[in-house]
Amino acid sequence: MLLAALVAVFTTVAIVYILVSESLPFFHQVSLHDFFTDTMWTPMFDQPRFGIMPLVAGTIVTTMVALCLAIPCGTIIAIYLSEFAPYRLREVVKPALELLGAVPTVVYGYFALQMVTPFLQKFIPGLPGFNMLSPGLVIGIMIIPYVASVSEDAMRAVPNYMREGSYAMGATRFQTATRVVVPGALSGIAAAYILGISRAVGETMVVAVAAGLQPNLTWNPLESAATITAFIVQVSLGDLPHGSIGYQSIFAAGLVLMVTTLVFNIAGFVLTRRFREVY
Amino acid sequence: MPTEATHADSPVSGAMMPATDTDTGVLPVRGSGRDRLQVTMDETRRSAALHAPVKARASALNFYYGDFQALKNLNIEIREKQVTALIGPSGCGKSTFLRCFNRMHDLTPGTRYEGSITLLPDNIDLVARGVDPIEVRMRIGMVFQKPNPFPKSIFENVAYGLRVSGLSARARLAEEVEKALRAAALWDEVKDRLQNSGLSLSGGQQQRLCIARALATNPEILLFDEPTSALDPIATARIEELIAGLRETVTVIIVTHNMQQAARVSDYTAFMYIGELIEFDATSKIFTNPSQKATEDYITGRYG
Amino acid sequence: MSAATEVVRADLRAAVRRRKLSDRLFVLLGMLILFASLLTLAVLFIDLVREGGPRFGWDFFTNFPSRNAARAGILSAWVGTCLVMLVTVAVAMPIGVAAAIYLEEYAPKNWVTAIIEINVTNLAGVPSIIYGLLALGLFVYQLNLGQSIVAAGLTLALLILPIVIVATREALRSVPRAIREAAYALGATKWEVTADHVLPYSTGGILTGMIIGLSRAIGETAPIITIGALAFIAFLPTSPVSGTFPFVSFTWLKDPFTVMPIQMFNWVSRPDPAFQVNAAAAGAILLGMTLLMNGVAIYVRYRYRKKINW
Repeated sequence: MLLAALVAVFTTVAIVYILVSESLPFFHQVSLHDFFTDTMWTPMFDQPRFGIMPLVAGTIVTTMVALCLAIPCGTIIAIYLSEFAPYRLREVVKPALELLGAVPTVVYGYFALQMVTPFLQKFIPGLPGFNMLSPGLVIGIMIIPYVASVSEDAMRAVPNYMREGSYAMGATRFQTATRVVVPGALSGIAAAYILGISRAVGETMVVAVAAGLQPNLTWNPLESAATITAFIVQVSLGDLPHGSIGYQSIFAAGLVLMVTTLVFNIAGFVLTRRFREVY
Repeated sequence: MPTEATHADSPVSGAMMPATDTDTGVLPVRGSGRDRLQVTMDETRRSAALHAPVKARASALNFYYGDFQALKNLNIEIREKQVTALIGPSGCGKSTFLRCFNRMHDLTPGTRYEGSITLLPDNIDLVARGVDPIEVRMRIGMVFQKPNPFPKSIFENVAYGLRVSGLSARARLAEEVEKALRAAALWDEVKDRLQNSGLSLSGGQQQRLCIARALATNPEILLFDEPTSALDPIATARIEELIAGLRETVTVIIVTHNMQQAARVSDYTAFMYIGELIEFDATSKIFTNPSQKATEDYITGRYG
Repeated sequence: MSAATEVVRADLRAAVRRRKLSDRLFVLLGMLILFASLLTLAVLFIDLVREGGPRFGWDFFTNFPSRNAARAGILSAWVGTCLVMLVTVAVAMPIGVAAAIYLEEYAPKNWVTAIIEINVTNLAGVPSIIYGLLALGLFVYQLNLGQSIVAAGLTLALLILPIVIVATREALRSVPRAIREAAYALGATKWEVTADHVLPYSTGGILTGMIIGLSRAIGETAPIITIGALAFIAFLPTSPVSGTFPFVSFTWLKDPFTVMPIQMFNWVSRPDPAFQVNAAAAGAILLGMTLLMNGVAIYVRYRYRKKINW
């Protein structure tokens, strides 16, 4: 049984090993400087360019859009469920909200491409079929349940006597929620945001379907672009001779992705532990 | 000649009657609910008690939770087929001491035993390192404070201890289960519904089920850790009656914070305070003429 | 004399009214956003069914993919999904439950245990495509399993392992200490306590975790793409049951394959609107399966909680 538990450790070690070992040859050919500063990512061309910035930009833009939707909505939902909603409503709504987060991501991709984009095109003339706004919004919807649930856990961990102190002075529920509960749960709420960022960054299929697969260094969400994850998908769809530079490039991209999400996960985890210990 | 302690279904009113030859000392032991107390013992039973062989002997027993010493140099002789009560205020170590007998502390990391508890006549040191706690628990049973039947059928609850020790023949199991349920005064109430869940019983019945479960393995010592503190007075009375009757077959050690219960049920009483044994003697003596002032203070309610 | 009902001065009362108004406004806002989110789910499902409706039919389920949208079906896809899920369950369930039992009942509190627990938590947050890369490098090439069902099953098993472990641990933890003590007091060994009591009483929670993990695995696309599952598979993997001795074959494990989400992705990526209809149909089925499995999981949890009420 110890062996079974060690599988988890083995998996992490294997991931790190594979990512590093397969991208090492890549980094022999491409200098780190070029990797981080070049503005074009065209590893499959005859004259390949290996600047990862376009992919990073794509990831950042879609994530930002997602957060603009998920953070306010998720937080409001969390406050509402934790401080206002009657018990019965919470019991019904929470599983339903979980379902929202359980939808297969490729289905969300279809949703973004076939429903959200045409809808947005009515309001934003000239919006291309592939853009970053639409998948960004859909990713936002996808992570709302996650943000809401972690935030709500944090808020419920705030002990009742703090709320009672506020109510006893004649405060309304809204005032108590915003002035006492939210500040008291701040590290947990921050953890929720950070973990949400990590989820958004790692999201693959929604962007692969709806944002297009052409790397494009731009900060404008109305254009199409590729994220780190979408690039990996695109290359995998084609033929990948083992050991070719194209093959290695996806591991290099994966390495960047892994490090990024790891940083966010650790930050989120540390904050979660803090809010659990405070009370 | 004072009469024997009476049964639950023939309540006797009247004042408490002191033990035969120690009439001195006025100790207003507080009365309980439905009956007046009768701290009397049958003459024959008393002399039998005095001559009962020793079943277990704790010698220089110390116990540590990490660095904290919870039991200090306990020396007690538990007499065979007698009921020994452990009393004392909260935190005095009575439950801790009880749990040494069946090595329950082994489940908590950082605990340490020093000294010995010798089980006679086999001369086994129960708390020695070389002695397997599993084997100890197969000879010494325990009933807990809050009834904790398994979410299985009544039959399976009682049979579990037997299954663990290797018995699987259905006929034998059924026989032993009935025997145990009768000994726990529960058979008549459940004999038609042995397949029902143990959790479907009332609180008092659940506790009797736990007693049956412990009795099924024929333990030599049966430990009771405040067995009635979670029960209503009627259920309490039935269990006290049960415990008093068990002394025919098994040695009983009972922890209780209810002094009147100790007085009703036990032959010997040990009074403990902050991990130490203050006084240990026949129950009648402890409650009518204790030797230590601390004991007297506790019994008269001056503290604890 | 009429009773006084005004507890504070008039100007303060106006402020109180304002504050109560903002209270009510927030309730409105909260409910609005909440139901908008849930509505999105409903809209999504309804739209998928509406768009893909025309394609629902026996032939959709029994046809292979084809260049002709009207004839293309999901046979190879859903068979592939079933087979991959078989491998996933066979791997994730024993490993996950064993690991959870170890962590919850047996593990000493030392640094080895801490590292294991950190890893489990961390792996839950790793993007699924990284698992795909792991699989590509390790399973497909280094272990030479090829772009096969077994590689996909193993990958997904690793992906859902944290879910299974966490859910199982929660279930094990919910068995009260008193029950364990009672079993120990009767002379049971640690293994007997675990096998006779803790495991049987937590079956509901364990099942729930497994079902939720599976519903996640069914919808995963990215790792499978990375392994190299193709979407134009016009044949079925070798049947597990064969007509000759020993009647059970394992060649299907190493066959190439495709799964439902990949089929949908492939269709979505085609500009031809006829294929979009197919994609919608496949999506409706996928979503329906996911919702069904989650519903079953919730029901299982509910039933077990009713049966054993601590």
